[in-house]
Amino acid sequence: MLNPIQMTSQQARHLLVRTGFAPTQAEVDKLVGKPAQTAVADIITSALAAKPKYPPPAFVSQAPPTPANQLKTVDERQEQRRAQIAEGVELKAWWLREMLETPTPLAERMVLFWHNHFATSQQKVVRSQAMWRQHQLFRRHALGSFASLLHGIAKDPAMLVYLDAANSRRDAPNENFAREVMELFTLGEATQGGGYNEQDIKEVARAFTGWSVDRDDFSFKFRAPAHDIFSKTVLGKVGLFNGDDVLNIMLAQPACGEFIIGKLWKEFVSPMPDKAEIKRIAKRFAQSGYAIDTALADLFTTDAFWADSNRGSLIKSPVDLVVGTVRQFAFSYSDVLPFVLKTSQLGQNLLMPPNVKGWPGYTDWINATKLLERKNFTQQLFRSIDPALGRMAMLKVGKAEAAMMLDADAFLRAYGGRADGVPNEALKTTLAGVLLASDATQNIANGTVGVAYLRTLTLDPAYQLK
Amino acid sequence: MKRRDFLSNVSTATGAALLSAHAPGWAQAVASRASSVQERILILIELKGGNDGLNTVVPYADSAYYQLRNTIGIKPDELIKLDAKVGLHPDLKALLPFWEKNELAIVQGVGYPEANLSHFRSIEIWGTASKANEYLSDGWATRGMHAGLASKAAYTAEGVLIGMNDFGPLAGARAVSLNDPVAFVNQSRLARVNELATSTQNPALRYLLKVENEISQAADGLRGDKYAFDTVFPTGQFGNGVAAAAQIVASQRRDKADNKAGGVPVMCLTLGSFDTHQNQLGTHAGLLKQLAEGMAALKSALTELGAWDRTLVMTFSEFGRRAKQNSSGGTDHGTAAPHFIAGGAVRGGLYGQAPDLNRLDGTQNVIYTTDFRQIYTTVAQQWWGVNAESVVRGRFDALKFLRA
Repeated sequence: MLNPIQMTSQQARHLLVRTGFAPTQAEVDKLVGKPAQTAVADIITSALAAKPKYPPPAFVSQAPPTPANQLKTVDERQEQRRAQIAEGVELKAWWLREMLETPTPLAERMVLFWHNHFATSQQKVVRSQAMWRQHQLFRRHALGSFASLLHGIAKDPAMLVYLDAANSRRDAPNENFAREVMELFTLGEATQGGGYNEQDIKEVARAFTGWSVDRDDFSFKFRAPAHDIFSKTVLGKVGLFNGDDVLNIMLAQPACGEFIIGKLWKEFVSPMPDKAEIKRIAKRFAQSGYAIDTALADLFTTDAFWADSNRGSLIKSPVDLVVGTVRQFAFSYSDVLPFVLKTSQLGQNLLMPPNVKGWPGYTDWINATKLLERKNFTQQLFRSIDPALGRMAMLKVGKAEAAMMLDADAFLRAYGGRADGVPNEALKTTLAGVLLASDATQNIANGTVGVAYLRTLTLDPAYQLK
Repeated sequence: MKRRDFLSNVSTATGAALLSAHAPGWAQAVASRASSVQERILILIELKGGNDGLNTVVPYADSAYYQLRNTIGIKPDELIKLDAKVGLHPDLKALLPFWEKNELAIVQGVGYPEANLSHFRSIEIWGTASKANEYLSDGWATRGMHAGLASKAAYTAEGVLIGMNDFGPLAGARAVSLNDPVAFVNQSRLARVNELATSTQNPALRYLLKVENEISQAADGLRGDKYAFDTVFPTGQFGNGVAAAAQIVASQRRDKADNKAGGVPVMCLTLGSFDTHQNQLGTHAGLLKQLAEGMAALKSALTELGAWDRTLVMTFSEFGRRAKQNSSGGTDHGTAAPHFIAGGAVRGGLYGQAPDLNRLDGTQNVIYTTDFRQIYTTVAQQWWGVNAESVVRGRFDALKFLRA
C-alpha cells in the first residue's frame, strides 16, 4: 500500500485539492507529516457532520406559488416562471457561497456530485422550492446511504417532473424514467455491463406506473388506480413489483455498486478506472449497505489515488476553477453572483445541467472556447486588483459585479516573495509547486513581478489540472 | 430517380395541381461540379434530441399514419405535398425554393441495424459511424481526414463546431469549437504554442496542450475583417450559428488579397431540442421553422460568397421517433427518419424508401431502409474523393444525391 505514513507538502496538497477545492498554505501545513489514513478519516468525519454556514434563501420557507395551471393569462405564467428562475439564482448563489467559505469542502463536493449524477434542471422543473427540496435530499445523504438517496430521488417531485415520470399510467407506461433510472442512476448503459435489456425497461416502467406529482402542492402522490398491479419480470426476478421493489432489485445487482464506484473513481481518483479495484471497493460498498463514506475512504486510500502518475491527471471543473482560485489566493469579494454566472459561462450552470446525463466532465470541460474563457477569467481576477494600492476593484460578469480584493503580498510573503518583487529561481519553483498540479509547460518572461507572475502562472495549461 | 418517372407517379388532381406549382425546374441544366476537393465544405446540422421524421416528411397517403398519430398527425391539406405519397411539414416552407431548384435531396428511412434508443449512445453511433455494439472514439469525418482529406490543403482547422461541446463527427480531429469567430480570434491571444512539455505521459495535459495549439493555428487562419453580408440571418441560437458558419467561409475566401487561410472543410451546427416526449406539435413546428429558415439564410449567404456550389449541407440526428404517439401528445424515442441534404451540387429528389408503417419492430418502431453509412460513403467517395471503407469501416452502397 502506497498510503503515505508521513505526508509531504505535495501529498497533503494533492489530498486537499482532490477532496476539496484548492487549499490555502495554512490548510496544507496542518496536514504535513500526518499519515494519509488519519487525514482521510478526519476529512470524511468532518464532512459527515457538516452543516451549511448561512441560512438558506428566504423563498424556501415562503408559501408555495399559485399552481401554474391556475394562472389565467400567458403574462401571469411567464411572470411566475421568471420569478421562479430568479429564486433559483438565489439558491445557486447561496450554494456557491457555501462552497467558497465552507471549512468542510468534501461535503459540498459530494452534494455537487449527486446533483450531477441525479441530474435535474430547473429549466424544466421551474419550481424553485422543488429544486430546494431536491438539493436538501442531496445534502441529507451526501455521505450517507446510497440506497436511501436512490429511494428518495426516485420519488422526488423535481426529478419526476424532469423525467416526465409524473403521468405514467398502466395503460401507457412512460418508459423514459425507467430507462434513465437504470442507465444513468444505477446500472449504467445496457451494453456496458448494465446487464438489462429493452424488455426489462418496459417492465420497470410498469412498476413505476401510478407514481405522480400533485400539481397543486408539487408533492409526490401514488395514484393507485393508475398503477399496474400485475406480475412483472425484471432482471430475471418475477413478482408484483412496485417502484420501490424494482429499485431494490437494481441495488442488489453487482453492476450497481460497480457503476457508482466507477463514477466516484473518475471524480476523485483518475480518468482511467481500475476494474479490479472498483470491483473490490464496490463489493465492500454493497456489503456496507451502500455507505458512501466507506466508499470514499476506500477510494482515497487506493494506490492509484497516491500514485505520482495520477497527480494532475484530472481536469478542473468550472466550479473547481472558480471556487478553487478564489479560495487558494484568498480573494475577498463583495458578492458571489459574478462567480455563479462565470461557472455557467464555463459550462457548469448549477441547477441546470445540460441534459439527464449531467456534466460529463474531464476533457468535456475543455474546448477552444472554454479554455480561452478559463484563462480570461483568471486574467480578469488578477487585473481587477491593483497591487500597489490594494484598492477594491470590480469583477464584472454579465450584469453582475463584485468588488474584489487580494492581499498578494501576504500570499507571496509566505513563500519568501513580494507582490512587487521579481521571483528568484527558488521562489519560481515553489510557486509552480503550489499552483500547478503538474510541471509548468510555459516559460514566464524574465522580470515579471510577483502579482503578474501569479497571473501568468494561471495561464499555463497545467493550471487547469488537479 | 428520373424526373419523368417522378411526375408520372402523381395521380390525383390535387396532387398534380400542387406539383405543377412546386415542380423542380427540370428545364434547369444539370450543373457539373466545378469545385475541387480542397475547396469543398460540408456543413452538418445536428437535430439534437431525435427529430420526429414521421411528422417532418409525412406519408399522408398511408392511412396507418393517421391511425398511429390520431391527434398529432399533420392533416393532408396542411402539408407541402411533394408527390402523391409524402408531404413536408408546413413549417418547412422555407425549403421549398431548394426543392423547386432541385437542390434538396430527402433521404428516407435513414437508420442502422440494432437501433439503440439511448440519446447518448445513438448519437455516438452516428458520430463515429460505429456498429451498434462497438465503441469507437474517432468521428467519421475525422477518419475522412485520415483517409486523405487532411492533406488536400493547409486547412485552418479540419473542423469547426459552432455552439457545440460534443465533437461527435469531428472527435479526434484538429477541430475547434466556438460560438463566434471574431470573439474567438480576439481571445486566442491567451493561448500560446507550448515550449516546455513537448512530450507528456499525462493524457489530460496532452489534451490541454493539443487544444492550445489548435487554438493558435485556427486563430491565425480565421483572422480578418468581418464580412458584411446582405443576407439577414434569423435571430436565436441557430441563426447565430448559421451566421458564424457564413463568416468562417467568408474568412477563407481564396480571392482575398492577403488570404493565407487554407479553408475549413467541415463545420457542425446544432439545433434542438427535438426530444419531444410531451405536447410536441408547437415545439416541433417551431424547430422545423428554425431549421428551414436557417438553411435558407445559409444558402443566401454562401451564394453571396460564390460558395453555394461547393457546399453540402446535411442534417443528422440520433434517431427518429416512435411510430405511435404516446399518451402525452408526444412521441418516444424511435429509430429511422428522413434527412435533408442540400447544396448547389446536389441532385434533388426523394431517395430511399419510406419505412413501412405496418411492419414495426419489437420496440414498435419503424425499420430503417437506408443505412446512414450509405450517406457517409457518398460523401467520402464523391465529395472528398477518399476511400470510403476506412471512413465507414465497411462497404455500403453510395447514393446518387450528388450530381456527376
